[in-house]
Amino acid sequence: MRRLSGKGRGALEVKFVPDEEVLKHIADDAGIKLRKDKAQPAVSVKRFVKKLENISDDEAQEILEEKDYVAALGICAQDPVGNGSSVSGGEVYSFKSPKRSSRLAELERSSRVQQRNKKKEFVSTTPYRLRKRLAAPDPYLESESEYSASCSEEEDEEDQKEDNTVLSGQKTPAKTKAASTPPPGNTLAKKNKENKMSNLVEEYFEAHSSSKVLTSDRTLQKLRRRRLSQQTLHDLLKKAPLAYAAEIKELNQLHESLFSKWMLQLHLGFNIVLYGLGSKRDLLEKFRTSLLQDSVHLVINGYFPSITVRSILNSITEEVLDHIGTFRSPLDQLDFIIERFKEDSSLELYVLIHNLDSQMLRGERSQQILAQLSSLPSIYLIASVDHINAPLMWDQAKLSLYNWLWYETTTFSPYVEETSYENSLLVQQSGSLALSSLTHVLRSLTLNARGIFRLLARYQLENKDNPSYPGLSFQDFYQQCREAFLVNSDLTLRAQLTEFRDHKLIRTKRGADGVEYLLIPVDDSTLTDFLEKEDEDV
Amino acid sequence: MKIEAIHFGEGENDSEDRELRFDTCQSLWNQIKLETEQIQEDLNKQLLDNLVSFLRRSHSDFQEKKTEWTCRMKSREIPTAALVLGVNVTDHDLTFRNLSEALRNNITPYIALLEAKDCPGVKNLMQKLMGQLMNCSTDVVSLEDEDSVQVSQNRIRCSMNSLIDWYKSVTKKTDSETLSKKRTSSSRHQQSPPVVVIFKDMESFTTKVLQDFIVISSQHIRELPLVLIFGIATSPMIIHSLLPHSVSSLLCIELFQSLSCKEHLSTVIDKLLLTSRFPFKLGEKVLQVLINIFLYHDFSVWNFIKGFQLCIVEHFYSQPLSVLCCQRADAKKRVNSLSHDQCENIRRLPSFRRYVERQEAEKQIALLTADNFLKETTQKLLEDLHVYHENYVSVLRCLHVFTCSLPKYPLGKQIRELHCACLENQVWETEDYESFLQLARMLNKSDLETMLQQCVEILVSSSGNEFDKAIGKLKEFLTQFHKLEAEAFQEQDVSVSSQKELQKKTDLYHLQKTLLELKDSRRSKKLTKFEMLRFEVVDYIDSLVRNYLVPADHKTLHEIVYFNTASVLRGHLNAAPRIALHTALNNPYSYLKNEALKSDGGSISNKAPDICIVYKLHLECGRLINLVDWLEAFSTVVTAVEGPNADAASSDQVDDIIHARFIRAVSELELLGFIKPSKQKTDHVARLTWGGC
Repeated sequence: MRRLSGKGRGALEVKFVPDEEVLKHIADDAGIKLRKDKAQPAVSVKRFVKKLENISDDEAQEILEEKDYVAALGICAQDPVGNGSSVSGGEVYSFKSPKRSSRLAELERSSRVQQRNKKKEFVSTTPYRLRKRLAAPDPYLESESEYSASCSEEEDEEDQKEDNTVLSGQKTPAKTKAASTPPPGNTLAKKNKENKMSNLVEEYFEAHSSSKVLTSDRTLQKLRRRRLSQQTLHDLLKKAPLAYAAEIKELNQLHESLFSKWMLQLHLGFNIVLYGLGSKRDLLEKFRTSLLQDSVHLVINGYFPSITVRSILNSITEEVLDHIGTFRSPLDQLDFIIERFKEDSSLELYVLIHNLDSQMLRGERSQQILAQLSSLPSIYLIASVDHINAPLMWDQAKLSLYNWLWYETTTFSPYVEETSYENSLLVQQSGSLALSSLTHVLRSLTLNARGIFRLLARYQLENKDNPSYPGLSFQDFYQQCREAFLVNSDLTLRAQLTEFRDHKLIRTKRGADGVEYLLIPVDDSTLTDFLEKEDEDV
Repeated sequence: MKIEAIHFGEGENDSEDRELRFDTCQSLWNQIKLETEQIQEDLNKQLLDNLVSFLRRSHSDFQEKKTEWTCRMKSREIPTAALVLGVNVTDHDLTFRNLSEALRNNITPYIALLEAKDCPGVKNLMQKLMGQLMNCSTDVVSLEDEDSVQVSQNRIRCSMNSLIDWYKSVTKKTDSETLSKKRTSSSRHQQSPPVVVIFKDMESFTTKVLQDFIVISSQHIRELPLVLIFGIATSPMIIHSLLPHSVSSLLCIELFQSLSCKEHLSTVIDKLLLTSRFPFKLGEKVLQVLINIFLYHDFSVWNFIKGFQLCIVEHFYSQPLSVLCCQRADAKKRVNSLSHDQCENIRRLPSFRRYVERQEAEKQIALLTADNFLKETTQKLLEDLHVYHENYVSVLRCLHVFTCSLPKYPLGKQIRELHCACLENQVWETEDYESFLQLARMLNKSDLETMLQQCVEILVSSSGNEFDKAIGKLKEFLTQFHKLEAEAFQEQDVSVSSQKELQKKTDLYHLQKTLLELKDSRRSKKLTKFEMLRFEVVDYIDSLVRNYLVPADHKTLHEIVYFNTASVLRGHLNAAPRIALHTALNNPYSYLKNEALKSDGGSISNKAPDICIVYKLHLECGRLINLVDWLEAFSTVVTAVEGPNADAASSDQVDDIIHARFIRAVSELELLGFIKPSKQKTDHVARLTWGGC
């Protein structure tokens, strides 16, 4: 009987078999199997491969399996973890080392086996995920795996395979060779590349998969030096020596040798854009001082936070073309400029733009206008860009208008000017601008209005240590103003507040209870300065 | 001296030729520019003619039977031309310019060109439209009226009614003018010419604007003979997806297709590069870069020409000997007046050195010492180079005749691919050429004959005079082919008889036997006369190729006329700012040549510039970065190098400076777009990039 079931599939022989014998046979066979597993693990490889061949009906499948096999071998070579010595799948399943687990994940992703049991999630490489998964074993593993029926052990198909390959890799290399075709050299390399690629993608989704961010909760508040003011920052940086000054100078000299070429190309109808790490401001400035002294030129500091296309156009019409008058729209103004430059061929203008990609100029309309401006044959544009995504500003039409020649000018010089306007997280805002605007606006108001504002400011300063201070509620404010004989009805107060709001001196917000709260959106220190100054005046 | 000329040339030593070089460069570029414009005009001619005739037809009723057109116009359809121009938007401007010029000359002075960016609403559209129409009418209206028109333009309410009034007044005026003096400018136009409105970029217009305009103007089509022209970049289907049926039914659309940009490019390459008219040539790599930019980036012929211009400028700028890159006659004169420095420049050319090495000893000495002898030789060599070009082009075309009809196009379908292959290296050593020869040996007779005929025509029309022999030879082949025809009858008889024999036998065994015999005999059979001749022809073509299609860089003095620095071109036209940034941040050594910066890659070197350290630290973080941790990591890395030196007393001071440096580096990263402040958590910044750049 055993002979029959073990060997011959083809031979047909009918024979009476009593039930007991069948039972005995099954039990016996299983027992042997188990014993075999324990005693001689290498055999299981053979059996497993055989099984695989039985299952996979198409050849492509087989090739894939073999690839996995090969990849798994690669892991063995790299990562000789002690897993191989134990046979039970459970231990393999526990993924002792994170490195191995990630390999397994990759292996799995590239295999088609995954398609069959899609619901298994092996994507994550984080230990966090693994922990979670281990805590709650996936029910699908048993129920949905096609292989579970054919596997006598209670373990995942993949793991078994992994297990087997580990085994064979360490103990019976000869058998491995027999079982799988030797790998063609490039498949492995190709696989690595794919893995690398998928790693990049994976990295992205890893970062965006969970809304939970695992960073420490430390804040700058707890540091001794929380924020530096712009001035102290500047002073401190002056003390720090510039690293690699000699090399940077060399780089700059290299770029400076191109000046006359730039000049030529500007005149031949090209415009020049500079890119690369480091501030290009000094370079452009040097270009300006050395070559443009005698010609009409316009320098635009794109990094300045309040620069607009309109101001650029205005300076062209007012200062270059000496035109007095206003325009309805920037487009009209542009038309006017184009007209003038076309009429008068002797007009020439060099436009230097530091940071063409700045926050204020990167908009589509601004770029369109600048592009049209630069396409004029007698306007020579030379600009710098710093943002990594700067080229995305331009579509084909704009690019052809700009007619750029790209020059890589990596200078490594610090962006001193460019970053000085930025509202950096770490830099304390000096608020000098806010202060001057405050006093300026207040000076133009009536005495009563100033009183009202002072009242609000005082109240805010009194509450400055209260972090949950919502502001002064309108009713309270009205009460206080009445007491100080500043207003006689809430209508007058509202009229005053509207005035403040128009000048952005106050902000109102509605609390949870529907009450209107008033706030002055200025730093406490600025406010103190302001009050001191006011008191002096009064 | 003009300002451009001052900045021409790199060093000081070649100042004497600077102006000459610049002038040569400019005149060459101007010639080429004219040529390209001519090409475009020629290519567009067909399209423009069609459009013009369409416009003539469109409002013929309006002009002829003024009473009866109402019945036709009841349908209120606006004649519309849909002009499919292709995706190379940048080239369209020139087409539209040509188009409006052609229309102005032939059909109507009333043309308005509208672009989507000027027309965010119907009101702006009308404004723009009327502005353009009334301006262009001034050339019909006499001069003193101009001012009044100018003024009124601003005041007129922009409505269809005022437009109609304007049109009536203008046509009345021209009518009276034509009556009074028959030969005015307007006599070219028909009476009451149509008003043409061109939408340059139909796809970018907002649907609402287009719809409204069409509906409004269809109401007034009786009074105003309006014609629309849509410039379409994608496919004509866009009209129907942009406009609902109720609107598109108001249009009577006719489709016009401009020629494809690829054809345009082929013509440009044919006329600019594969000709001996222009002395300047592009090297293989450079041409490849330009073609790649065209094929993979923009499909813009205009950009291709711009790139070509850049090549010319770069060549004349960087190569002092480019002064000799001019027409033959001039080159001779210029060689004679070369300075000693320039002679030295010639001697330094690698190709010239190779040439010298091949000469005998005394000639070598003469070449290297005597300027006069050098000049004579240079003249001769330049002449050789010129002849080489002429022959090269002709033979290349002949070869293309053969390759372009072979299956699978072993050497490329387009002549530009063949050209590149020939420039790259000796084409007869390539595998593709081998397969070309094999395929050519299998050509049938009629194909072969037509190809030979074409080759003869090409060679006859070529300016080179070396081809007399070749032409004779090819013609001889042709006559031999004709002779073969007579002999072919006999062969046919033979084959027919064998066929007959075959048919007679019905016995399977015999059939098999005869078939085997036939096969054997065919294998061992002597080649037929046709096959012999075919072999001869192919061998002859092969010899022509080997003779004339030598790669240019094997020629002496090729540096003078060939521009070969593709890297410069790629850097200027197809730059990669992200890669440059990434390299600078990751590996500062590639820019700052300091030994201290040489790193093994993976680790974070503490000697690197601050921003590099901060950048590398940020790469290790996830989506959000805690500023405090970042600062700590930074100071750890930085103090690792300074640590031993800094004593405890001044550590506070140092910390402040490190803090400041960190702040600077972080705000620089923010400026570069790697991070941005985040409100999700206090004192955190969000990372904006993933993986390598």
